[in-house]
Amino acid sequence: MTGWTRHEGTALALDLENVDTDQLIPARFMSTPRAEGYGNFLLHDLRHDADGTPTEDFHLNRHPDATVLVARRNFGSGSSREAAVYALVDFGFRAVIAPSFGDIFASNAVNNGLLPARIGEDAADALIRRLDGTTASASIDLAAGTVTVADQTVPFDLTPAWQEKLVNGWDDIDLTQKHAAEMQAFRTRRAAEQPWAVPHD
Amino acid sequence: MTGPRTLLDRLWGDHEILRRDDGVSLLWVDRHLVHEGSHHAFAKIAERGVPVAEPGLTIGVADHYVPTRGRPTDAAVARMIDTLMRNTAAHGITCFGLDDPRQGIVHVMGPEQGLTLPGLLINCGDSHTSTHGAFGTLAFGIGATEVAHVLATQTIWQSKPKSMRITVTGRLGPGVGAKDLALAWIAKLGADGARGHAIEYAGPAVRALSMEGRMTLCNLSIEGGGRFGMVAPDATTLAYVEGRPFAPKGDDWDDAQARWQTLPSDPDAAFDRDVTLDAAEIAPIVTWGTSPEDALPVTATIPDPAEFTGGKADRMRAALDYMGLTSGRPLAEVPIDQVFIGSCTNARIEDLRAAAAVLSGRRAKVPGLVSPGSHLVKQQAEAEGLDRIFTEAGLDWVGSGCSMCVAMNGDTVAPGKRCASTTNRNFRGRQGRGARTHLMSPAMVAAAAVTGHLTDARPLLEGRPME
Repeated sequence: MTGWTRHEGTALALDLENVDTDQLIPARFMSTPRAEGYGNFLLHDLRHDADGTPTEDFHLNRHPDATVLVARRNFGSGSSREAAVYALVDFGFRAVIAPSFGDIFASNAVNNGLLPARIGEDAADALIRRLDGTTASASIDLAAGTVTVADQTVPFDLTPAWQEKLVNGWDDIDLTQKHAAEMQAFRTRRAAEQPWAVPHD
Repeated sequence: MTGPRTLLDRLWGDHEILRRDDGVSLLWVDRHLVHEGSHHAFAKIAERGVPVAEPGLTIGVADHYVPTRGRPTDAAVARMIDTLMRNTAAHGITCFGLDDPRQGIVHVMGPEQGLTLPGLLINCGDSHTSTHGAFGTLAFGIGATEVAHVLATQTIWQSKPKSMRITVTGRLGPGVGAKDLALAWIAKLGADGARGHAIEYAGPAVRALSMEGRMTLCNLSIEGGGRFGMVAPDATTLAYVEGRPFAPKGDDWDDAQARWQTLPSDPDAAFDRDVTLDAAEIAPIVTWGTSPEDALPVTATIPDPAEFTGGKADRMRAALDYMGLTSGRPLAEVPIDQVFIGSCTNARIEDLRAAAAVLSGRRAKVPGLVSPGSHLVKQQAEAEGLDRIFTEAGLDWVGSGCSMCVAMNGDTVAPGKRCASTTNRNFRGRQGRGARTHLMSPAMVAAAAVTGHLTDARPLLEGRPME
């Protein structure tokens, strides 16, 4: 994963609450290998009609260049499917700006370099009204913790640990393996103190 | 740490290998459960060329794509199951495949086999992993990158969530159960009401629940935004766990249960958030919309978005439009097209008994599917004659798996059709594109099957034996 600190792109609003992971990517697409790309599956059933034709009035279909998505509360609620993040990333999104996120979605996002930035309900409402179905220039400064859409700059909340991870593009497995000695000691102690915690048929 | 401690504090402390300066903990994982959906994670470790760190602590089971009638006929379904079997075999991981008598939905199988024990930390790449918290277990769902991390290291990085206690006072009325209790708090606090928190369920109404009921309650934590849901272990927990295939035996059992008895929160422990509900005020609940928070007593009328403002009103209008419902009409008049009894939420033996108590000697007016949570639940139900009650009512009795809850195996609800369902998500398209889902308890689904519309199950249960 490549780290990043600044992003200049294009913002688009999705004026919906509770955009759940089943909407972000319907389950039937999830047996697809990642290498084939998940961008087409993003919000598939909201932006395609029953025979698979893209619906003209769904803003996302008219703005494939969008990179920053602004939405309402509880974005990414529901399942742990990381495919919901793959669909956003493969479509081209670098950030989702919303008042709140599903906990599992948010950590999946950070693990894939996608920023889940929290802003207040009023600020989200103002940005969604400002965008009103069109796009505007967007810039994100991870170090400063701000997002600018057109002429409006809004500070966002992000756990410091997640900010650091996005900036550095850290891979957890590499980080964890540096703690091998502590892990081994813990394992040995646990096996001695609670031998029954290991399954025996 | 000194002073009064919560169950969460104890479980966290017991698994914390280290804590970084930024407050993120590295936790030891006692059990890692994998299923067909774990293919992304196996691909990630293959790409890096790293082995599975602890194959003995990793258990596989086929559930998400498993056909409930016969062998896989769809190529993609067959490939997903084969991939799981190949990946687990390659890494020396025990896996319960299609023909294994222990196969079942991962969150039914784990507890049933005694793999789920109090005091453990359990991860699975599935958001309903909170189910296992019913045993006083730190259990939470993770994404594919985290699954790969657990496979490679048997640990997980996690920030400690805030603590939240939901205390349920009094007693649930007859015909009212854990599903109603869960939907009641989610309706009250919202689908993100417990976001960022680990929930501990407490109070006499929770203590009175069986392990099956506690699993239903903890399972639905994620539908209220909580990644963790827990109930402190007690005599009910021990009685359920004792003698299960993978549970500790002999001296180990004595040691284990002595330790588990030290886990419950101290009486004076403080929680970041405290919520209290009165069980006596909870009626059988159904959902009307496309989020689990869209839940009301079955005796209510369909709500009117005009009484709300802003994003909430807009979302309600969209939900009612998708669901094909009209504000102001009684919920109990909504006709249904079919029923589904199954899923990690409500497919355990007690759930099937509750549905059978309503259906016994009656005919269903609509078609439906009954999918037990595991092979073993199926066997037990058949030994009790429950399968005959379902089939004589006109419902299909099929094999175990995630089935029509997640609609990956070919069991789907057709576009525009309305399904009364014991599952966990009424999201748009969850049970199939254009499907309309109403969530409710097994008894309520059975009642809807009998009348052909959403129905209060309580009158249909009068004079009948109940759990």
